[in-house]
Amino acid sequence: MQKRAKFGIGIGVIVVSMAFLAWLGYGESKTYYHTIAELPTLKGAARGHRLRVGGTVEPGSIHRLAGRVDFVLQGEGQSLPVSYVGSDPLPDTFVDKSQALVEGSLTNQGSFVAEQVQAKCASKYEAAPTAGPPAKSAATGAESGQQSSTM
Amino acid sequence: MDVFGSFALLLAFICAVYSFVGGIFAIRTRHPLLVKSARQAGMATCGLIFIATFSLVYLFFSDSYWVSYVVAHSNRDLPTFYKIAALWAGQEGSLLFWSFLLAIYVFSALFVYRNKNGELMPYVGVVLAGVQIFFLTLNNFVASPFKVLAAPGANGALEIFTRADGNGLTPLLQYPEMVIHPPNLYSGYTGFTIPFAFALGALLARYPGEKWIHLTRKWTMIAWCFQTAGVLLGAHWAYAVLGWGGYWGWDPVENASLLPWLTGTAFLHSVMMQEKRGMMKVWNVWLVFLTFMLCILGTTLTRSGIVSSVHAFAQSSIGNWFVGFLALILVVCLVAYVKNRDYLKSENRLDSIVSRESSFLFNNLILLVSCVAVLSGTLFPVFSEWLSGSRISVGAPFFNKVNIPLGLILLFLTGVGPLLAWRKTSSGSLKRNFGWPSLFSLAVGGVVFALGLHEFYSLICLILCVFVASTIVMEFYRGARVVRARSGASFAASAVDLTMRNTRRYGGYIVHMGMVLIFVGLAGAAFNKDVQKDMQVGSTLQIGRYNLLLQSFDSKPERNYTSERMVVEVLQNNQPLMMLYPERRFFQTNQESGTMVAIYSTLRDDLYVVYAGQSPDTQTPVIHAYLNPLVKWIWLGGAIVVMGTIVTLLPNRRSVLVFAAAQEPSGSRPLSPSLAPSVTLREGHD
Repeated sequence: MQKRAKFGIGIGVIVVSMAFLAWLGYGESKTYYHTIAELPTLKGAARGHRLRVGGTVEPGSIHRLAGRVDFVLQGEGQSLPVSYVGSDPLPDTFVDKSQALVEGSLTNQGSFVAEQVQAKCASKYEAAPTAGPPAKSAATGAESGQQSSTM
Repeated sequence: MDVFGSFALLLAFICAVYSFVGGIFAIRTRHPLLVKSARQAGMATCGLIFIATFSLVYLFFSDSYWVSYVVAHSNRDLPTFYKIAALWAGQEGSLLFWSFLLAIYVFSALFVYRNKNGELMPYVGVVLAGVQIFFLTLNNFVASPFKVLAAPGANGALEIFTRADGNGLTPLLQYPEMVIHPPNLYSGYTGFTIPFAFALGALLARYPGEKWIHLTRKWTMIAWCFQTAGVLLGAHWAYAVLGWGGYWGWDPVENASLLPWLTGTAFLHSVMMQEKRGMMKVWNVWLVFLTFMLCILGTTLTRSGIVSSVHAFAQSSIGNWFVGFLALILVVCLVAYVKNRDYLKSENRLDSIVSRESSFLFNNLILLVSCVAVLSGTLFPVFSEWLSGSRISVGAPFFNKVNIPLGLILLFLTGVGPLLAWRKTSSGSLKRNFGWPSLFSLAVGGVVFALGLHEFYSLICLILCVFVASTIVMEFYRGARVVRARSGASFAASAVDLTMRNTRRYGGYIVHMGMVLIFVGLAGAAFNKDVQKDMQVGSTLQIGRYNLLLQSFDSKPERNYTSERMVVEVLQNNQPLMMLYPERRFFQTNQESGTMVAIYSTLRDDLYVVYAGQSPDTQTPVIHAYLNPLVKWIWLGGAIVVMGTIVTLLPNRRSVLVFAAAQEPSGSRPLSPSLAPSVTLREGHD
């Protein structure tokens, strides 16, 4: 029984410490997905969460300014003004009418400040190619400036 | 040709069904002709899939723009090289490509063992046919690559029409590297089907455990080798092409390719426990089952859009097919296990925590914990939506926090495991084996700490890398010394001879060394630097010890794209070092653009320069430059891992002769001279 106990403890220590680290990592990075229509309904704590919203880029709405890119995301008939403030260039597929997924937070005025933007060309409506066009902006690269390691 | 191809595909489906049904009857009746015919049907299935695939490739080469798949992914201007890659650019073609690679494996397995393992092969054939039936169902009835364009004609009836030209291949796929990544990764995914079929077949046939393990080891290593190459090529492609400065983003599709790799690695190690000590039989069977299921899950995640990823946004109903298939596999495995589990009883128990068995156990534990963590993180949006209604995803901090310590523990085990004895290691042996590697690595750690490296994980990683590398070098040194003492050859020749006499053990050490290099490369990521700046022609940008000077900026039309290119001179200490040409390519046909990163890679670090478009106010080009330390070590390590795997697959140079008594002599009679010892040839194992 003694060696069983030793193994059990070893296994237990590893599993418990990993669970703890996982919980920490979850807290640091959890991002809630919402549709554009749902955003105005968010109240209290939900408004302060890290959010992920998807939609289509309104044609003609992309304005590149110094230090940020403003555009409008459309979905289910609603519009959401977005400001991308990440330092890395936007993905090559980020053009008018592309499908975009933005990650960031909601401002008090109801617009969105995005730290990450992922975009996919909307013209290919068939199921996405498997070895397909991964297009991401700095994505975690934007975060890696602040955090010490990104794999 | 499209009709020919789709007909071949349909015939393949019919042959697969025959192979499956006939195979089941062959098992029940044991009729030799039925066994043979089921096997031959299995091989014919593969041949027909080859024909169908070549037909599709022909359609691409012959610019057949009445086939909708060709129109979607090719055009006349596309270089021939990329017309091959177009084969797997979309759903239908990549599914056919999957069937194609699977067919290569199935054909090989059926052919190699056509006259051997007669008790087991019919079962294996049935399982393989079953898997092929699933994919052929998709190829034929759900996502056919041979669909043609049709529109109502003049008289109202549907007519086939031909487009003048196609839409072209998406620009992100138009790199040589992107051409080799999918074949490698798919060869990994499909390759794990063979060990799965052997495991399930052996379970159903109640075939002796050691034999099926022995048979599948090489197939598993081949699949694992491809999977490793596929994952690393994907990372390298993401690094060199996407231009965000990193190589791994914990994206769901990336994670999907890592999951079977983790369990596959666990399996490759735990089989040694079963071979040497008859332990972990149940565990091994389920590890193989799990690896195969993770391969299917991997392709499900990529194709279905269940979790949003840079790789796939579209929700597709094909996901339902895969989920159904996964459920079916799980049910079949459970039933087979429950019915036959008594034949999987373990022969031995764990003796000591300081033993090789224990290190394998912890190796498996670490890899499985990592697998669970990555799987949970990847599927978190799905689970959170079921449980709480809101869709929550987790990002890199989650995955990194868990996997970095796990990776370091695994690295530690890599050094320690091979040097522990089976059953129990004496303390004398511990001191002898680990004494100087531990001291040496701690000394290096101390020196590096004094020189300024204080980042905790990087320091631990470095110490462990030196530790593991020392233990490996020590093993080669000791073995080569023995060989040299007998043969008198040089150290290098002795080391090679040593390796070739026991390819499995020393090839394994080479693989471990490759992994050490990869860990060194990964550790560098903690020190990445980057700078972004608007550049006028003639201005410079400083990053680390490099100075970047923008000499000019031009625009050049190529065959199917226009390239906007910066001509950058790199200076070090005011001495010109080299020229870099970061560019953006704009493809007219599908109005898409692609970034081409310029990288100057040394062992010390990578200078990584991206043309980040034009500044909105001033229209001047923007440069984003990164300095990423040690990245080259990852690719080098990967190449060494692949080479090491190839070494382990080679047969041993010389078999070990073992003398054993041919008969048991009875107690009273002395050994008679006529009792000749029988000579058994056995593959050298550690």
